[in-house]
Amino acid sequence: MRRRHFLTLSAATLGGVLVYSLDRKASLVASEQKPSRIPLRFFTETEALIVAAAASRIFPSDDSGPGAREAGVAVYIDKQLAASYGRDRYRYTQPPFEGASPEFGYQGKETPRQIYREGLKALRGFHLLPPAGQDKALQQIESSVFFALLRQNTIEGMFCDPMHGGNAGMVGWQLIGFPGPRMSNFDDVEKHYGEAFRPKPASLSQVTRKKIRPSEDEP
Amino acid sequence: MKTLPAVDAVIIGGGWAGLLMAKELGSRTALSIVVLERGVPRNPSDYADAMDELDYAIRMRMMQDLSQETVTLRQNAGQRAVPLRQHGSFQPGSGVGGSGEHWNALCPRFLPDCFELLSRTTEKYGARALPEDHSIHDWGVTYDELEPFYTRVDKLLGVSGKAGNLKGEKIEGGNIFEGPRSEEYPTPPTKVPYFAALFRDAAKSLGYHPFPAPSATLSQAYTNPDGISRGGCTYCGFCGRFGCMVGAKAQPTTLLLPIIQKRKNVVLRTGAWVRRILFDSAPKSKARGVTYVDATGEEIFQPASLLFLSSWTFNNTRLLLLSGIGEPYDPATGDGTVGSNLTHQVSTNAATAFFEQPLNRFMGSGSAATFIGDFDGDVFDRGTLPFLRGGTLGARGYGFQPIANFGVVPHSVKSSWGSEWKKAAVSCYDRTGTVGFTGEHLAYKTNFMDLDPTYKDKLGDPLLRLTLDWHDNERKMADFATAKAIEIARAMNATEINPSPPLRHYDSTRYQTTHVQGGTIMGTSPEHAVVNPYLQHWQLPNLFVLGGSTFPQNASMNPTPTILALTYRTADAIVDRYLKDPGPLA
Repeated sequence: MRRRHFLTLSAATLGGVLVYSLDRKASLVASEQKPSRIPLRFFTETEALIVAAAASRIFPSDDSGPGAREAGVAVYIDKQLAASYGRDRYRYTQPPFEGASPEFGYQGKETPRQIYREGLKALRGFHLLPPAGQDKALQQIESSVFFALLRQNTIEGMFCDPMHGGNAGMVGWQLIGFPGPRMSNFDDVEKHYGEAFRPKPASLSQVTRKKIRPSEDEP
Repeated sequence: MKTLPAVDAVIIGGGWAGLLMAKELGSRTALSIVVLERGVPRNPSDYADAMDELDYAIRMRMMQDLSQETVTLRQNAGQRAVPLRQHGSFQPGSGVGGSGEHWNALCPRFLPDCFELLSRTTEKYGARALPEDHSIHDWGVTYDELEPFYTRVDKLLGVSGKAGNLKGEKIEGGNIFEGPRSEEYPTPPTKVPYFAALFRDAAKSLGYHPFPAPSATLSQAYTNPDGISRGGCTYCGFCGRFGCMVGAKAQPTTLLLPIIQKRKNVVLRTGAWVRRILFDSAPKSKARGVTYVDATGEEIFQPASLLFLSSWTFNNTRLLLLSGIGEPYDPATGDGTVGSNLTHQVSTNAATAFFEQPLNRFMGSGSAATFIGDFDGDVFDRGTLPFLRGGTLGARGYGFQPIANFGVVPHSVKSSWGSEWKKAAVSCYDRTGTVGFTGEHLAYKTNFMDLDPTYKDKLGDPLLRLTLDWHDNERKMADFATAKAIEIARAMNATEINPSPPLRHYDSTRYQTTHVQGGTIMGTSPEHAVVNPYLQHWQLPNLFVLGGSTFPQNASMNPTPTILALTYRTADAIVDRYLKDPGPLA
């Protein structure tokens, strides 16, 4: 059995509430939770720190609003890799593995877990670099399968339902004005032409008042 | 192998076509019927808490499990095919209801001349206008013959829309280019999300004829002739890749399954993976039944006197090839029929438009859309345009979800990650819409399906191999559509526009449509067709093939109403004629 690893996220960074000023500039008010010590399912602590740092350069926290750090993207990716997605449960993985042009899609043998494990080796010490150095390191791997996957998973972790471990406090949804699943937009769909309509976000379990089991928690 | 007691009819595949046939034969006859569905059971109540983009739309929970079976692809016969290892350009469903559960419920009819494409085109432009290597055929059924069945489909589904041609009278506000309809739609059009309204107004200002998309997601409550009641759409936006939370979207599980479940003469077996159709070739050619592997792994023979193959385009073709039924198509000689006439659809994000104002795109439905048919089929003066046929342009008001749609930025933004990109993408997220195009795909001798020599499914049977690429007709059509889409996007006051890149080679990674057709085409002669115009196998008269695999070439629109209309027509022919005197119907 593997040694237990944890990722510690400070209350100042994980989740929080977005507040918009009159000129629609977003600022983040930290949630009042205590620091979270989140048990990792797949990554080692160092790997998780590197993934968190890299995701933060792909989707930075800046004056336009929160990013991968506040959304807890690294936690999301860890859960996904530990589950069926990470081991390619639903991909066709029969040999032979042949090269083909990009129009035929990913043809590799490596699962997302293997791609991360291998890709992270090239980013040793990444989380200790200053931001400019981090960007430079990412530019060097920009065309790799690993980077494409990390970028895609970062977007997923920004905007997934919070039950998957990302989009903490629905910061991603608040950032772009997505309200989450809503039972009805019947009265609003033909109103608000040309003006922003921004209902307060609610997650799937809040909307349905049920505990929903995400696929990564299935046995 | 275990042999089960014989039944009157076996239906392979429990999607739209298979379950409609089960409902029709199950309620109109006393035949004992077994439906074999290899996927999981599904019920409308499954979807009440399924509005999760990640599990459903990104990980594609409702689609075929490709670890068990996929297809291989090459662009031409000189290439070595590789498997499509993940979902991409199309998304076949799995489980009871099949792709009919997760569709967007756009519900148009095909244009009348689509059914007589070879004769009408030759008549008008001469045989020399057709591409040299085409394999276009007439369907062997006309629009007028199919019209009453289309009307039954509209009523079954409760389609919401506005007629543009009622018995020959053109009506502004509907699609004036459509074939004559005998009746108005059962329910009025859906509401119009803002982006679709922008398109409507711009298209009108340019002199085009925008119309609300026919939608099988109901605009209001409706009870169909079978007594099935559904409520209207709430515009939650979770349609394509999802089952409907409130049952407003027509799905096999809402319209067909409840009736089938009440019939004692119909049995639905899930987890039943059909491997072969067995048949006798002498003295009298007929199918005998099917072998399948059940959920426990046991191999079973189910004898039947009447067989329906309705398992979507790929498996319809593959099961005939695996079973050795009919002559496989050989592109070198043009001999054989099984696997020929593979078509997809020309589908592009013709113009991705960026706007100053927010669009509130989370509200909508998969079929709340505005289209124009001004460049569809052959309805327009094509002058010296260097291609045949055309398609529809439109603006979809489907609910935007963030994982799939975040990150699209104008071409003026050069980065795809980091702060500059993020700021642009955040600002563009709800200010972006695509004027989309879907166009006809002609059939060619070089686009076909056969069995792959290398790759196997979970049981060791060969995968289906697609040989598929675009030809100049599609490339030029797409270029034309892009120019028109840009014109409309400008009239919508877009601030920036990303034109679709030109079509080059078939790209399996870009979702296009789940409308892949052909392989077991219908037609008036066994020389070129696998089934006759009643979808009855030319050599084995007790075998019928249902679904898009019977389309000789693809039209520009969504195929479900046409598949259902053809299925109704076959059901009538079986009840009225075949059961009284089993034998060839044509």
